[in-house]
Amino acid sequence: MIRLFSRDLTLAVRAGGGFGLGLAFFLIVTVLVPFGVGADTAQLGRIAPGILWVGALLACLLSLDRIFQLDFEDGSLDLLATAPVPLEGVVMMKALAHWVTTGLPLTLAAPVLGLLLNLAPAGYGWLVLSLALGTPALSMIGAFGAALTVGLKRGGLLLSLLVLPLYVPTLIFGAEAVSRGASGQAATTPLILMAAITLGTLALLPFAAAAALRINLR
Amino acid sequence: MLLRVHDLSCARGGVPVLERLSFELSPGDVLVLRGPNGSGKTTLLRTIAGLQPPIAGRIEAEDGAVAYGAHADGLKATLSVAENLRFWAGVYGTGGIDAALAAFDLVQLQDRQAQNLSAGQKRRLGLARLLVTGRPVWALDEPTVSLDVASVGLFADAVRAHVAGGGAALIATHIDLGLESRVLDVSAHRAVAPVDALDEAFL
Repeated sequence: MIRLFSRDLTLAVRAGGGFGLGLAFFLIVTVLVPFGVGADTAQLGRIAPGILWVGALLACLLSLDRIFQLDFEDGSLDLLATAPVPLEGVVMMKALAHWVTTGLPLTLAAPVLGLLLNLAPAGYGWLVLSLALGTPALSMIGAFGAALTVGLKRGGLLLSLLVLPLYVPTLIFGAEAVSRGASGQAATTPLILMAAITLGTLALLPFAAAAALRINLR
Repeated sequence: MLLRVHDLSCARGGVPVLERLSFELSPGDVLVLRGPNGSGKTTLLRTIAGLQPPIAGRIEAEDGAVAYGAHADGLKATLSVAENLRFWAGVYGTGGIDAALAAFDLVQLQDRQAQNLSAGQKRRLGLARLLVTGRPVWALDEPTVSLDVASVGLFADAVRAHVAGGGAALIATHIDLGLESRVLDVSAHRAVAPVDALDEAFL
């Protein structure tokens, strides 16, 4: 299973793997917002937590359909399903690889982009913390959506429609934690709720995703 | 006994394609599946590999006895030959890849990326994967597609060595591999077209 993880990482960083795509998208979205909203720094600071979270979420969405689709097309998913590794473990490793190539860079880059949006100084720690706790849930929910749509041609759009509503709780608590933290209020409650969502998805969704894969491979 | 299939029926996309199929594979056996296109060879192999459940009948085999070789080779274009093979060896927890590389004449190509291989070379790499699985029963779906005569010979040698070592092979193919084998013609087991029960209900 470690092999699968390291293979996915290798594939992501080699040519055409799409590593950094989500990060570049995140950067462009956050740079575009001040152009649209105007350069009023007080207003930007107010909406910064929400914009950063929505941007991270959309950037995460960008690479989701690659999680299983490529393996399905070249036949390796069939071979993995017949190999002596549990499909639940395959799902976990794929989601983990997705997080390391997408969620983790987003988390690390977010403070720099927070600067562009004039995020209040108190909010940076909360921003990084909330993204670090929330993006694993985004990857796991996304892997579940990708498993549901793996056999479909042009499944990417359907995948977005399925996954985005499921992202809502993470988004609400994540953005809330950052804006509370930025304005100096206590932010632990939304953070704890979001961590609970993340742990719940990590515990349950590998089984759901593996079941969806088994049905799609028939 | 490595694999026993008893009174098996299987379906593709909800439509039954094969029924009442029984056979056994002992160590040393090669069973060649024959039948025209669409007669259900691939469906049978996928069922035996465990990718889909049978609609009736039993498949008796030890857990993890079957190595499945599909139409697609499951290669990653940006990994080298050796990396592709080492990944599968790691997944199956078997040791080195040197014997597999040598058996399919891939030693010279081992550092080349899979996307730069010819179709026949890719196929050879896909077949070399079988050697690193270490599993006793090979279920192969048209393994010789895009192979030249010499490579078909390499493949036949690999199968011969495999069954001589106590393995067995179930091969769907249209060509003569020059192997000592039994032949099972699946077209004799084609499922009878189901009576359309819905129509009858409304008549």
